[in-house]
Amino acid sequence: MGMTLAEKILARAAGRETVAPDQIVVARVDLAMSHENADLVRKSFLEIGVARVWDPSKIVIIFDHRIPAESEKTATTHKAVREFVAAQGIQNFYDVGRGGICHQVLPENGHVRPGMVLVGTDSHTTTHGAFGAFATGIGATEMAGVWTEGALWFKVPSTLRIEVGGEFRPWISAKDLILRVIGMLGAAGADYQAVEFDGPAIRSMTVASRMVLANLSMEMGAKVAFTPVDETLLDYLRPRTTEKLEMIGPDPDARYQRVIHLSAGEDLWEPQIACPHAVDNVKPLSELGDVPVDQAVLGSCTNGRLEDLEIAARILAGRTVHPHTRLIVIPASQQIYRSALRLGYLDALVAAGAMVNAPGCGPCVGVHQGILAAGETCVSSTNRNFLGRMGSKDSRVYLASPAVVAASAVAGKLAHPETIVKEVPCLTEV
Amino acid sequence: MPDGSLKLRGRVTVVLGDNVDTDLIYPGRYLNVTDREKTAEHLFELAYPDIRTALKPGDFIVAAKNFGCGSSREQAAAALKFAGAGALIAASFARIFFRNSINLGLPAVVAPEACAACAAGDELEIDLAAGEIRNLTQDRLVHAAGLDPRAVELLAAGGLIPYLKRKHAA
Repeated sequence: MGMTLAEKILARAAGRETVAPDQIVVARVDLAMSHENADLVRKSFLEIGVARVWDPSKIVIIFDHRIPAESEKTATTHKAVREFVAAQGIQNFYDVGRGGICHQVLPENGHVRPGMVLVGTDSHTTTHGAFGAFATGIGATEMAGVWTEGALWFKVPSTLRIEVGGEFRPWISAKDLILRVIGMLGAAGADYQAVEFDGPAIRSMTVASRMVLANLSMEMGAKVAFTPVDETLLDYLRPRTTEKLEMIGPDPDARYQRVIHLSAGEDLWEPQIACPHAVDNVKPLSELGDVPVDQAVLGSCTNGRLEDLEIAARILAGRTVHPHTRLIVIPASQQIYRSALRLGYLDALVAAGAMVNAPGCGPCVGVHQGILAAGETCVSSTNRNFLGRMGSKDSRVYLASPAVVAASAVAGKLAHPETIVKEVPCLTEV
Repeated sequence: MPDGSLKLRGRVTVVLGDNVDTDLIYPGRYLNVTDREKTAEHLFELAYPDIRTALKPGDFIVAAKNFGCGSSREQAAAALKFAGAGALIAASFARIFFRNSINLGLPAVVAPEACAACAAGDELEIDLAAGEIRNLTQDRLVHAAGLDPRAVELLAAGGLIPYLKRKHAA
């Protein structure tokens, strides 16, 4: 019997011919990623008491949640991690000004390849399913175990397949599709499952857009989420790695727990918005009426990539951010920052009144660079709108696509981009 | 469960609803607290600050489905453990949170009917290996899923760190 992609990768990593859902397997780990919480991992690792990590070449550490250090406390943990990294000979370390958001930095620098088992101490590690990796989030102590043994136990997940046909309507993006899916299935709709996205609408997406699907699948509980390994993906990866790249996919006779068919054109008529305070509280924009926004945020591991900055720049070029609204823009990585500088996107955004923050997680986790006061409302291209996520427990976050964030910044309230710009811009970035 | 016992007795502090996320359990602004014991100070700080004061050592938190969804922050499980929770009982748990709890030695018990069968203040007895919860106050049995043997092994050791410590000392 055939296997899904999750089953295939786990079987191989566990040294078995086949595996089936609900089986417990111990799998070899190919890559172990941590950010600032490497300090927690380090503490647990030291408690376990082994002298050396299992393989320093398979560990990547990327600071992103609090860069540059916003407090003495953070500066101290950064310092402790730097010292640990040096002592253990961990070469793949991206310090302040060298990387950016971990989920962007890993693929950008060729650390991720199809068929890998990748664990990260960050829930949005599912993002790397867009590169054909079995990639999932784990906690800090669990990671200390991986640093010790280079392996981890997994329950083989059943797989939910989502096939999307048709073509996206103007202004509708990957963010709208995945918010629609999360709205349909709920915050626990894919709990413990693997998700496979496929179909013509998915295969026509840029790699950056596919990352949005894999990233946000976490918000419906997915353990891992894949988009197809195809030529588009291999074209992205080839210049970034010298390692062999494998065209890996599910078997044609793989068994799925459920298959959902959607049409990009027929099931997505307008932008989708996740309303406070849950990512599955999704409504079409037209149902929301007048929602004034105090702050608009464009960035994060979900939507801080070059195509996101480009669409915002094209909407904001020659316009200004509404006087009652603040627009905060955060490129996802140093590389994206440089490209956006070179291509003039940041100039257009700054000219419109945006404040550009350094690459990193920004205000998404609620620690710095744009915290909300009680009573304030934010429209954000980020991934979570939980109560108090971006500041006061009495603030509200609406999650939306980069185009809606940019349009709303101009309008000073939630707005459809078509009300700001007559013609849909043709994006150059792929 | 420092003694590695698989039978627990305690009181229900509170019964919570669906999708209690890790931002509610432990706000992101305190993620740079890396001393596990100190995380307890911020348990449910934004949304339900009363839970921390009501929680007595050995108490149980009961919730509906998808408890601990969201971030991978281990501090959410640590805050519950070091605030004194003896076990967590929910209709279902988000996967990273579930693993974090077990790895820290805090039992997480899946019991689909627990919300309907328990009220705050009820006295419960949990048999982790048998997958059984006895509500002593209401004199009723609540079915729970038996824990995976791997999880039982980790809980019996007191968590992943003591488990690995022993394994690699040999």
